[in-house]
Amino acid sequence: MTESKRIHPHKFTLWVAMASIVMMFAGLTSAYIVKRGQTNWQGFDLPLIFTYSTMVIIASSITMQLAIKKFKDRQMLQYRWLLVITALLGVVFMVMQFTGFNILNQRGIKLIGRGSNVSGSFLAVIAGMHMLHVLGGIIALAVMLGKAFSTRNRTYTAVPVEVLGTYWHFVDGLWIYLFIFLKWIS
Amino acid sequence: MSDIAMNPQTGTMTVPDVHHDEHGHHHHESFVTKYIFSQDHKMISKQFLITGMMWAIIGGLFSVFFRMQLGYPDQTFPWMEDILGRWAEGGRIKAEFYYALVTMHGTVLVFFVLTAGLSGTFSNLLIPLQVGARDMASPMLNMLSYWFFFLAGIVMLSSLFVQTGPFSGGWTAYPPLSAVGEMSQGSKTGADLWIVSMALFVVSSLLGGLNYIATVLNMRTKGMTMTRLPLTIWAFFFTAVLGVLSFPVLFSGFILLLFDRNLGTSFYLSEIYVQATQSALPNEGGSAILYQHLFWFLGHPEVYIILLPAMGMASEIISVNSRKPIFGYMAMIGSLFAIAILAFLVWAHHMFVTGLNPFLGSVFVLLTLLIAVPSAIKVFNWLTTLWRGNIRFTPGMLFAIGFVSLFISGGLTGIFLGNSALDIHLHDTYFVIAHFHIVMGVASFFGMFAGVYHWFPKMYGRYMNNTLGYIHFWGTLICAYLIFWPMHYEGLAGMPRRYYDYSQWQSFKQFGGLNEFITIFAIISFALQLLFVFNFFFSIFKGRKLTTPNPWNANTLEWTTPINAGHGNWPGDIPEVYRWAYDYGKDGVDHIPQTQPVGANESHH
Ligand code: HEM
Ligand SMILES: [Cu+2]
Repeated sequence: MTESKRIHPHKFTLWVAMASIVMMFAGLTSAYIVKRGQTNWQGFDLPLIFTYSTMVIIASSITMQLAIKKFKDRQMLQYRWLLVITALLGVVFMVMQFTGFNILNQRGIKLIGRGSNVSGSFLAVIAGMHMLHVLGGIIALAVMLGKAFSTRNRTYTAVPVEVLGTYWHFVDGLWIYLFIFLKWIS
Repeated sequence: MSDIAMNPQTGTMTVPDVHHDEHGHHHHESFVTKYIFSQDHKMISKQFLITGMMWAIIGGLFSVFFRMQLGYPDQTFPWMEDILGRWAEGGRIKAEFYYALVTMHGTVLVFFVLTAGLSGTFSNLLIPLQVGARDMASPMLNMLSYWFFFLAGIVMLSSLFVQTGPFSGGWTAYPPLSAVGEMSQGSKTGADLWIVSMALFVVSSLLGGLNYIATVLNMRTKGMTMTRLPLTIWAFFFTAVLGVLSFPVLFSGFILLLFDRNLGTSFYLSEIYVQATQSALPNEGGSAILYQHLFWFLGHPEVYIILLPAMGMASEIISVNSRKPIFGYMAMIGSLFAIAILAFLVWAHHMFVTGLNPFLGSVFVLLTLLIAVPSAIKVFNWLTTLWRGNIRFTPGMLFAIGFVSLFISGGLTGIFLGNSALDIHLHDTYFVIAHFHIVMGVASFFGMFAGVYHWFPKMYGRYMNNTLGYIHFWGTLICAYLIFWPMHYEGLAGMPRRYYDYSQWQSFKQFGGLNEFITIFAIISFALQLLFVFNFFFSIFKGRKLTTPNPWNANTLEWTTPINAGHGNWPGDIPEVYRWAYDYGKDGVDHIPQTQPVGANESHH
């Protein structure tokens, strides 16, 4: 009885891992702040597409949450579709981020390579590292989908879906923080 | 037994899974799943220990090579050429390789030996055993943690064999040496391999740390409240917290470094002229100091990641072998906590001479000196635990006491360095080398040795040889002080660290004899460690066998498991816990294990 109140170890591990990821981005954003105060900093406006991509990733969080709900209601067909949509929204998000980089490059703000400015490079690193975390989530979603479609394995525990959901919301929230940070600071 | 891996929840309960354990023990364990890709925390702990020992030998041997150069700058040793080949042409280490050796020595000892080898070994061995769990929260991640460490080692090792040699820019890997390939031979492939290896190492540490934290907080047996935990567990817990919060910041520093190296960005680089190629780099606007901030934000917690496990084990071993409760249990936890917090607030004391704003510097001076307070509390408590104890001088106990001695000696010089005004003179001299080798290097090694001697019976069901243990202890203690004590004088006299040949300088020539003296004892000390390695492996196969599961009459749970326990640790139910771990000599009873219910007329502790 008392055990059921305890947080599941996998969920707990995820929370610690998220704290760890936060520290990495805290490192990057503090470096950003330190550098911004120094000479040779060229600020620029974030292209509008980053605002749209933010909306996309928020939408993907909503579909993810719905998927968890459907799983708990054992409505497996909807569950699968919602997972697919979530993963697709994740892919769209990544494509949009990448487009954002290209738009900046066309505007003449080089992110990497010769003649790049630190401000642009920071965007590449911060948004790039975030994209890798989204990619990790998409892969996890794909694995989860594989399991949902396999007939051999029937799982009734919601723990894996919930763990994935928490991670997905986390990556979403992380981007919102980074977006506000990048928009507000530069 | 696969239930353990599948359902971590079992560890928290006493009822389920029990019938499962009673019959079939570890069925179908092949050689590969038992010894190589094992998910048993006890086996993973041995893997960490033995890999760490291999690295300690390699890293120690590096120091013997560069000490030869420092002790005998004007002589040649053909045997060195036999071993090192073109790096020691004519029997004298080349300057470039000297720097590579120093760098590898530092990296290997700090990360591979004293982080992975120490925390990896004992957190793995003791956390499940002492909190009363069948395994870690996630045995799978735990196994991965070891294999990432192993892989990191392979990559680092391979860097010794590349054409341009291993990385040579110091264990702290400051740019531009680490960021610009043209800077030196070691800045080329060696630096890439160094960064890759360290990135793998960070992943390993994070996986390990996640598991340690989750296990301590979620998998304790019934009755094991946080304040009944042995101090070892508290120490491993704070160590893991420090690692999980600081390694990612180092990682972010490495990412920026990788971008600068490979993608032409300028995070750390600005207006650099490379002597070797007679050319100016295009990079502008970066700052090398930024890297130092990111590095030392990990770097300082890292030194406590190395020290805290040693502190925890010393506390436990001193209490057991004094047959007295640890003095000030709550104060011990409180001071660990204070150290863990302060560890994040003092990093800039490594940067007093980087042009840091002196007013900011004075804040860091204050915070740095504050660490002396919890440190002093700990020392006081160890000494009071020893005071009037019924001391058994086992090798483990001697190393634990030696740890306290070294921590005092090295902590005192920290107070010198923590004053920014003094540090202007002392920074980057041998004084710093002496400080951190005593307080971190040797002290933590002593903690590790204490742990190995003390828990060897748990790991292998045999004892290590005592006589060899005593020789090892006294020899190493004497050598440690003879090696590092004189370095304080050299440092006070301004002798800088990381120079290749001091005999070229009029002011440092006078230390020629002293340097030779240090080299001699460094070699003796290295030989003594080989004696320990011999004792270790010999005892695994030929050591005296254990006849009782609790050889030291200790209270903690690991000694309630059978000798050579299988995967799952306890054949029956996980025992329940009724008291703290330190009821020694209570009410005239020698020791009361944690599993014994509190008697009706027992006094309170
Ligand atoms: C009272 C406690 C301590 C104080 C005030 C203190 C202070 C300092 C300061 C100011 C430095 C920088 C010196 C310089 O580079 O100029 C330093 C270096 C160092 N300390 Fe401590 N320290 C203390 C304890 C420790 C402990 C407990 C450890 C490890 C377990 C440690 C490990 C190191 C290391 C590894 C370095 C040098 C790193 C390098 O530059 O390569 N210190 N210490
Ligand atoms: Cu420090």
